[in-house]
Amino acid sequence: MSLENTLKARVNKALSRFFLILVCTCFILPLYWMIISALKTPEELALFPPTLIAKKPQWVNFKEAVNFIPFFRYFLNTGFIAVMTCFGSLLSNFVIAYGFSRVKWPGRDVVFYTVLASIFIFLSFPVNTLTMVPLFKFFAGIGWVNSYLPLILPAFFGNPFFIFLIRQFLNQINFSISEAAHIDGASEFTIMRKVILPLAKPCLGVTAIMSLINAWNDFMGPLIYLHEESKYTLSIGLTQYSSAHDVEWNLLMAAASLVVIPEIFIFLFFQKYFVEGISMGSVKS
Amino acid sequence: MVNGLASRKKRAALITGLVMISPWLVNMLLMIVYPTLYNLGIGMTHYSGMGTPKWIGFDNYTFMFKDKLYGKSLYNTIYYTLLAVPIGVCTAMLLALAMNRKLKEIALYRAILALPSVLPLFALALVFMWVMNPRYGILNIMLGLAGIHVDWLGDPRWAKFSLVLLSQLGAGQYGLIFLAAMRGISPDLYDAASIDGANGIQKFWRITFPMMTPIILYDVIVGVGFGLQVFMQAYIMTQGGPANATMFNALYIYNNAFRYGSSIGYAAAMSNVLFFINVVVAVVIFKTSKYWVYEETNG
Repeated sequence: MSLENTLKARVNKALSRFFLILVCTCFILPLYWMIISALKTPEELALFPPTLIAKKPQWVNFKEAVNFIPFFRYFLNTGFIAVMTCFGSLLSNFVIAYGFSRVKWPGRDVVFYTVLASIFIFLSFPVNTLTMVPLFKFFAGIGWVNSYLPLILPAFFGNPFFIFLIRQFLNQINFSISEAAHIDGASEFTIMRKVILPLAKPCLGVTAIMSLINAWNDFMGPLIYLHEESKYTLSIGLTQYSSAHDVEWNLLMAAASLVVIPEIFIFLFFQKYFVEGISMGSVKS
Repeated sequence: MVNGLASRKKRAALITGLVMISPWLVNMLLMIVYPTLYNLGIGMTHYSGMGTPKWIGFDNYTFMFKDKLYGKSLYNTIYYTLLAVPIGVCTAMLLALAMNRKLKEIALYRAILALPSVLPLFALALVFMWVMNPRYGILNIMLGLAGIHVDWLGDPRWAKFSLVLLSQLGAGQYGLIFLAAMRGISPDLYDAASIDGANGIQKFWRITFPMMTPIILYDVIVGVGFGLQVFMQAYIMTQGGPANATMFNALYIYNNAFRYGSSIGYAAAMSNVLFFINVVVAVVIFKTSKYWVYEETNG
């Protein structure tokens, strides 16, 4: 390689590094600002130039923040919904995806188009801008508003994203395994449970974590279904700070930290799954 | 006999398949088909949520033409989408190009770039309210060093752009998706181009970009969908203000359905129009994609 080329490669590398560091800083800075602000007194928040590290970390802010709203109540509510949703997702999506992938039946691919269409049109499922009014009226009609049922139950009936994700994975498992089991006289349901399920564990892990996070992060669902304050989730509970007249930013940032920091740790711990989920979701059909 | 056995097997498979996917059919009927039909029906009525809906034909739709705030909300939504989607695609592409070099610390970038896509948007929105605070926010403090002062969320000219900035936290995720696609391109293509004397820029426009158009198409379609349905950021950060600069269509629909004395019929009609726009735009992008999206089979 000529000298000119190596020089060019080095410049390119340096430029790439510079750009990545710049973007990463932009991504990290708000989180840093959140944590630092959570530890400051209101007086220190108003200082100019701002202090980059809290002079005297006000850990008491966290205590005040969780007392300002019934934080732990909301935490438990959110956790309950998330765990139930995750359970439902695992139960339903694997079986549905199996029916779309490893059982050959007439009309299957046509029906599968409904899954694809719902991914592209109803980006968040089931509650989104297009369905919020009818779904609210529907659940109000059967008296489920102000309960967690409208948030949890749909998960037990499948989610197009996870169906797609798991189906992609199941399609890659060698079909001769199923055929061999068929010849041994095993039924499709037995094969699903005994043969394929153990092999599908990695993608079920992705599904579990993603559904847990999705439920934890959900805003619109709780917003339209939950009207009683004691039933709020963290997502709508936290907006109570900003609807108060004078926002106490240090307390709000403390509460936001309590929501975000555990998720950062979960992310770091399960990073492989998240990155897999991201790239798996991108695989074209 | 053999035929009978085969068709019996086929029927058994049909039943097994249908049983397995039946939960999805239930969900689709209740969570997609029913809401669509409900919106179409109730959109033809005057309905406050109480009592019986009153049939008014297409009045809700003709009213949209007279409703200035509706026009404004549609304008805001399209403005936001037209800004957020191209900026997002460019950022993701630049990130993928940068990460495609052999950098030792790549795992670190990867983690940081993927992180915000996992964090709850409601929390990031609250954090951004503080980051963009005109007096004490870190953004203005830093820009202040260059003598720039912007009232991000309080100035109607900047409010939409501020929300576009927030949306770019999702670009890291697409950067990773783009990177996966980029790494999937055969090195032979680049080698052949090098022999022909192509430079880096030519290689990008002649090889990298065309080979990545399928994934860009996916990003654009999903991005447009999310853009047209933008809601939460405006609900939390600006409540549609200042001066309705961030009154997006979804927020206006929400307000009509759940706030302004419940105009359920009007809200449903607006949902239908938004749905229609979304589908038309998606179809147009798909149809025109054959002119710019590279298809594996042709190559």
